[in-house]
Amino acid sequence: MSNLNSKIPAGSLKDKWTDYKNNIRLVNPANKRNIDVIVVGTGLAGGSAAATLAELGYNVKAFCYQDSPRRAHSIAAQGGINAAKNYQGDGDSTYRLFYDTIKGGDYRSREANVYRLAEVSANIIDQCVAQGVPFARDYGGLLDNRSFGGVLVSRTFYAKGQTGQQLLLGAYSAMNRQIAKGKIEMFNRHEMLDVVIIDGKARGIIARNLVTGEIQRHSAHAVVIASGGYGNVFFLSTNAMGSNATAAWKIHKKGAYFANPCYTQIHPTCIPVHGTQQSKLTLMSESLRNDGRIWVPKKLEDAKAVREGKLRPVDIKEEDRDYYLERRYPSFGNLVPRDVASRAAKERCDAGFGIVNNDTKEGVFLDFASAIQRYGKEQAHIKGIHNPSKEEIIALGEKVIESKYGNLFDMYTQITAENPYKTPMKIYPAVHYTMGGTWVDYNLMTTVPGLYSIGESNFSDHGANRLGASALMQGLADGYFVLPYTIGDYLADDIRTGKIPTNTPEFEEAEKGVKDTIHKLVNNKGKHSVDYFHKKLGLIMWNKVGMARTPEGLKEAITEIAALREEFWKDVRVPGDADELNQELEKAGRVADFLELGELFARDALERNESCGGHFREDFRTEDGEAKRDDENYTYVAAWEYTGKPSEAILHKEDLVFENVELKTRSYK
Amino acid sequence: MSTEKGLNITLKVWRQKNAQAKGQLDTYEMKDVSPNNSFLEMLDILNDDLINQGDNPVAFDHDCREGICGACSLHINGEPHGPGRNVTTCQLHMREFQDGETIYIEPFRAKAFPVIKDLIVDRSALDRIQHAGGYISVNTSGNTQDANAIPIEKENADKAFDAATCIGCGACVAACKNASASLFVSAKVSQFALLPQGQVEAKDRVLNMVKQAEAEGFGPCSNTGACEIECPKGISIENIARMNREFLSASLTK
Ligand SMILES: Cc1cc2nc3c(=O)[nH]c(=O)nc-3n(C[C@H](O)[C@H](O)[C@H](O)COP(=O)(O)OP(=O)(O)OC[C@H]3O[C@@H](n4cnc5c(N)ncnc54)[C@H](O)[C@@H]3O)c2cc1C
Ligand code: SF4
Ligand code: FES
Repeated sequence: MSNLNSKIPAGSLKDKWTDYKNNIRLVNPANKRNIDVIVVGTGLAGGSAAATLAELGYNVKAFCYQDSPRRAHSIAAQGGINAAKNYQGDGDSTYRLFYDTIKGGDYRSREANVYRLAEVSANIIDQCVAQGVPFARDYGGLLDNRSFGGVLVSRTFYAKGQTGQQLLLGAYSAMNRQIAKGKIEMFNRHEMLDVVIIDGKARGIIARNLVTGEIQRHSAHAVVIASGGYGNVFFLSTNAMGSNATAAWKIHKKGAYFANPCYTQIHPTCIPVHGTQQSKLTLMSESLRNDGRIWVPKKLEDAKAVREGKLRPVDIKEEDRDYYLERRYPSFGNLVPRDVASRAAKERCDAGFGIVNNDTKEGVFLDFASAIQRYGKEQAHIKGIHNPSKEEIIALGEKVIESKYGNLFDMYTQITAENPYKTPMKIYPAVHYTMGGTWVDYNLMTTVPGLYSIGESNFSDHGANRLGASALMQGLADGYFVLPYTIGDYLADDIRTGKIPTNTPEFEEAEKGVKDTIHKLVNNKGKHSVDYFHKKLGLIMWNKVGMARTPEGLKEAITEIAALREEFWKDVRVPGDADELNQELEKAGRVADFLELGELFARDALERNESCGGHFREDFRTEDGEAKRDDENYTYVAAWEYTGKPSEAILHKEDLVFENVELKTRSYK
Repeated sequence: MSTEKGLNITLKVWRQKNAQAKGQLDTYEMKDVSPNNSFLEMLDILNDDLINQGDNPVAFDHDCREGICGACSLHINGEPHGPGRNVTTCQLHMREFQDGETIYIEPFRAKAFPVIKDLIVDRSALDRIQHAGGYISVNTSGNTQDANAIPIEKENADKAFDAATCIGCGACVAACKNASASLFVSAKVSQFALLPQGQVEAKDRVLNMVKQAEAEGFGPCSNTGACEIECPKGISIENIARMNREFLSASLTK
């Protein structure tokens, strides 16, 4: 049976975290000075953890591959962060945020973790405001909120379309305070390439200085991985170009189980693909669905004419438009959760109603005309303009839209050269977030003692589908409020250990492994660039392991990825040397890991004979095309153990027990 | 859109093997570049060609490719982040260029930004300025008062936000004939000066950050306004005026 112990504390859901914190072992401040912690990643999760651990007194070494911690990809989050503050008095509560998250995750997450997340959420906002994070405010000077998909309350705090930036700069400033005090030693432009395990415990890492190519040994009493998600396994995604799975994958190969790799979020509102030379996809924040209405033409010939540039969307009459989300899901309308909205877009495009002139004709409209009208009339009324002209209404309405989403509209115009105030945006789903990740227990510790995983790199809180504005919440909850407690319980045993030496056989061996791989890559002198392989992998993943999966397709994907991996090692060409700044070498290492992860991903999807959240199997759907879960057989976390090859990974199951919510078919109708 | 004609362009790109090496401009011809490609996608194509020919690709910083991380930093035809206002290099598209055009691509130049390789410079000096005071000294352990306990006037909150949108790219420095970092420093100083939470340490903050900027080798501000024009986030030079006021009053009272 399962050897996984989730270490969920006993007691009632409401009291678990408080009781646990009250009874956890602490490390006294004087002893913390003798303890070193490595944090890999400086996004919301790693940045907040590094700052807090340093503040508590530990010696922290933090790593990021960018030239500054401030550039971690959390910076790109746009829409907002959830918290159960109930400032709007619309009936929000810790329980409701907990319930929405469990339901949104399609009943595939742990009750205890999710409740804790909801519980600490309110504190995050207090913390950030104290740090000077400039959230949006109303005219009374109080904090403003907006709604996100999958919920019926307004609990999302935001800073225009730059919420992630403002939160990350908050965490970065907290780090800077500790860097100035010498409590955090920051390693910019350094990449972790392996973890070092001594007597079964994580005791350090091997890192490469990306400027000089030097391979370094760093020791610590505990190692925290906060390296973000693995969406770039699809090549095209909304992740940053450098976002990667290497840290998470390397620890997997050293014993950390990898959970639910197939749970991927495909975000419904991204700018559609324009061509084969495209390097990444751009998100248009979900917050736009507060005011934007999604539609395609009702008639196939209209869709065709739009694609051919013969018909303008604004000229399509109201009755000839299919607002398919409002039609299918009247109670949530355009604010259904992401997985539902994405599949609905795919369904329309597969049926031939797509409106974008690209290879796959994939795209739908996101239209602000109604909102512009509504706000325009409201403003005219407020300003006491009687009988405003059509033009006046539009101008006033556009102003409101601009104040809410101005930077997103600008971004859209930059990329597409179209003006979304005047013509609807064109959007399509794209890979955005990975719910799967390193398996962790309630303490956020992986299956390797002393090795932790926080933020998007773990699997813990979002089940099979994440609600909008909940990743930022989780990252900061993990880093500010959870890990700093739970890690103390582990480190309490290390107060007498003393510095971990790096001149040991374990460090030696790990370093040699890293050097050998690098040597192999730069001396391979094959025929194709790294991107050539990455793009091929991305296509296999998107076509066969993407929004709709079939057993046949998944089996093909598994074979094709394994073959591609073999070709990669035979034929990849990495120019330049190992001992210099070498961006192709960096990419090569990351793609090599994606080529292994991709296979496990497909296997996990094949193994899960049900549809749930972001995992949709064509062979498991209801009559009206909705996802069909199999609670009897699949209410578990799939945690994979590495044994030498992705194809030989062993599946362990952590049964999910629901004591506080009843498992229901998720309905947003 | 996809039927638009491709562009033929000549690139003059700064190549420099490492910090010690001498650099030079190398010439590359690019054929049939789609106007819908982003500028960095155009460089991706160049790099793919170089790799296929057995040459070394051009190194340049980039990550988010959507104008928010501040990594991209190219000096294009004499302007940081190239033509166009309020855009970063990664948001620039080839439709901004003409068929037959020659495009010069160089790294951001400043004494405090030494070149690491090709188009990549070391901007860690900007981080060190932040270490000198770019924070509010509040502990992160969660024992803070309720977020709505202090209402903040919307106007000030909005101004603080506008200042806080600086992405730390360093274009302001590269645009300035004195290589001054004033716009960057003033953005942080202003954000906190406009918020009640930032008042306690306001004096030390401005004094220490300005001092650190000088120590890093950034020049003085002579109010030419070049920084504001090239700043991709539209950070206003009003912030510099505010910083100068803060600095003056801090110097007088400290
Ligand atoms: C475009 C976009 C918009 C989003 N909008 C929202 C939103 O509005 N609300 C919301 O809640 N969520 C949003 N998300 C999701 C959310 O932003 C992320 O899930 C979250 O920020 C991840 O934070 P993190 O700290 O786990 O990782 P990241 O911020 O990705 O940080 C990863 C860190 O790890 C480092 N790293 C990685 N590998 C290595 C290595 N091998 N060695 C050394 N360092 C390494 C990187 O340098 C970086 O510092 C959005 C995501 C995207 C892509
Ligand atoms: S002030 Fe503007 S130009 Fe200067 S670093 Fe900030 S964003 Fe870049
Ligand atoms: S690559 Fe992030 S701002 Fe340009």
